[in-house]
Amino acid sequence: MATMMKTLFAFLMTALPMLAYAAGDIEGGEKAATNWPAITMFVIFVGATLYITYWAAQRTKSAKDFYAAGGGITGLQNGLAIAGDYMSAASFLGITGMVYLKGYDGLIFAIGFLVGWPIILFLMSERLRNLGKYTFADVAAYRFKQTPIRVLSAFGGIAVVILYLIAQMVGAGKLIELLFGLDFNYAVVMVGALIIAYVSFGGMLATTWVQIIKAVLLLGGSTFIALMVMVNMGFSFETLFKTAVENREGAMNILYSGGFVSDPVNAISLGIALMFGTAGLPHILMRFFTVPDAKEARKSVFFATGFIGYFYILAFIIGFGAIALVTADMYMAGDKLVGGNNMAAIHLSHVLGGDFFLGFISAVAFATILAVVSGLTLAGASALSHDIYANVINPNATEEQETRVAKTATLIIGALAIVFGIGFKDQNIAFVVALAFTIAASANFPVLIMSMFWKNMTTRGAVIGGWLGLISAVVMVVLGPVVWTQILDMGAAIVPYKFPALFTVVIAFVGIWFFSITDKSARAQEDKDGFEAQFIRSQTGIGAEGASEH
Amino acid sequence: MDQAKIEKIKSLPQYQQLVKERTGLAWKLSIAMLVVYYGYIMLLAFDPAFFTTIVSGEYVTIGFPVGVGIIVFAFLLTGYYVKKANSDFDELTAQIKKEVE
Repeated sequence: MATMMKTLFAFLMTALPMLAYAAGDIEGGEKAATNWPAITMFVIFVGATLYITYWAAQRTKSAKDFYAAGGGITGLQNGLAIAGDYMSAASFLGITGMVYLKGYDGLIFAIGFLVGWPIILFLMSERLRNLGKYTFADVAAYRFKQTPIRVLSAFGGIAVVILYLIAQMVGAGKLIELLFGLDFNYAVVMVGALIIAYVSFGGMLATTWVQIIKAVLLLGGSTFIALMVMVNMGFSFETLFKTAVENREGAMNILYSGGFVSDPVNAISLGIALMFGTAGLPHILMRFFTVPDAKEARKSVFFATGFIGYFYILAFIIGFGAIALVTADMYMAGDKLVGGNNMAAIHLSHVLGGDFFLGFISAVAFATILAVVSGLTLAGASALSHDIYANVINPNATEEQETRVAKTATLIIGALAIVFGIGFKDQNIAFVVALAFTIAASANFPVLIMSMFWKNMTTRGAVIGGWLGLISAVVMVVLGPVVWTQILDMGAAIVPYKFPALFTVVIAFVGIWFFSITDKSARAQEDKDGFEAQFIRSQTGIGAEGASEH
Repeated sequence: MDQAKIEKIKSLPQYQQLVKERTGLAWKLSIAMLVVYYGYIMLLAFDPAFFTTIVSGEYVTIGFPVGVGIIVFAFLLTGYYVKKANSDFDELTAQIKKEVE
């Protein structure tokens, strides 16, 4: 344990000189002047989370501890952690920024992010909890031939994790560069080092607690901003919207849809990607294995839906508050916000609460990124160590061996995140997120849901259908307007849709169906025969591993 | 789980009731959520003029109560399901476990 303490201390020490670096670097381009209240808050947060990691490391002994926090997290705690995983920097800064820029359209996007939750609860969360052990591949592979399904699920899971990770790392680097005046590359290396420490030493327990603390801070901070906005507006939405419209030179269209969903195919497709993509995100699905039973799994989704919904309503008030109140010249660069529209909430916090509150909100935004990136890294490491190593490469692996592989995988994924974060520095990150959701909806979700609901599914159907979904999603996104036209600059897009989920999800389902019904092998019979036992266990939890010993 | 246990569970009336009621409720609530959400998206896509309706004063448009309403609706649906599941369904599950274990 002493070694671990030393290593954690070393991490903290390597972080400090980087902050000192920030002090000398105030003139460079977009970087802001060093914000000491923000740095103080930030050091307090990093110190506290490293202490949690130290505490968790002492309690993380078995593989179950590492992957699933020993299965002893309560529904409320897990609900906060799920909400934390979901309220990433993209949500906090992105949704408020989108409302600031487009008004009502920002709310439409937020609603799309939310409505997947009830569906996940009704159709999936209990069954996942009853069938799985550590990862969603446990569920997908339940009655099928293990190797091909695990490889497919792990591949889909890792693809989603890496893409999501890139988006978060680039976002983190940009945010820190702006807020602390710290160079982008140092910021990315620092985030990478911190997540490797959290995940490899503290496992799921540390990751969950970092997530819970961040969720509480984020909800508290957002509540305060929204409340202050309403205080300024005399608690009248009429005044809020009126002031906002006046500041936009009478642009009434911020009060209703500005054509965000004018094209029905893209609108439905985006809806499908957001709703079913959520149900295929590995770091979210993993959270169902941290609770003791199906009852707590349900409760956690209920709390998560409440927290996320509340947060989005606040984000909407914050976005309009920013239109109405962020008007001083110091926040504007021409007709844009300093640091881009994503800084709407950050600037608003300065208007409402001064330097100190700005520091607090900046630290919360940073904490948000750290926590989400830790969750993603853990999900990726689990896919490699549990699904690939312990179930495919070395089925006789001991727990110690598996945990060691998980820690090595954490190191590799952390290093990859740093490399990709720096490499993708100037890349448009919106497409990366769209791709991650589309892959999650097209490859992970169909295999998972069909394996739980359709008796006649076979290994062959799952494998071919799943790969078809995965490959078609990647191909259609690459040939679509965002990558083909905007990023690769290859002229008009071959696939005219930004969000191809409407097609790729259908391809995956049809593939699973067709290659299952035409499968007459002996294995197919075995797969179908296994359904009954799986179904009973998914309904009742009989035979599921309890967490009572913890 | 062996075949005898599977047959035993399947034959229990509590098990049949559990599967029937929970599956029915889950699909009903899922469809309700999908209808509300896609209804909203379709309305935005095909009748954007609807959203210019003013419901209070001069600046509060109908989109706000509708949007917040969908969020609240999603929350209430999950709350209803959890309440039902944590009482009725868990009671049935406990009875099934008692029968076979």
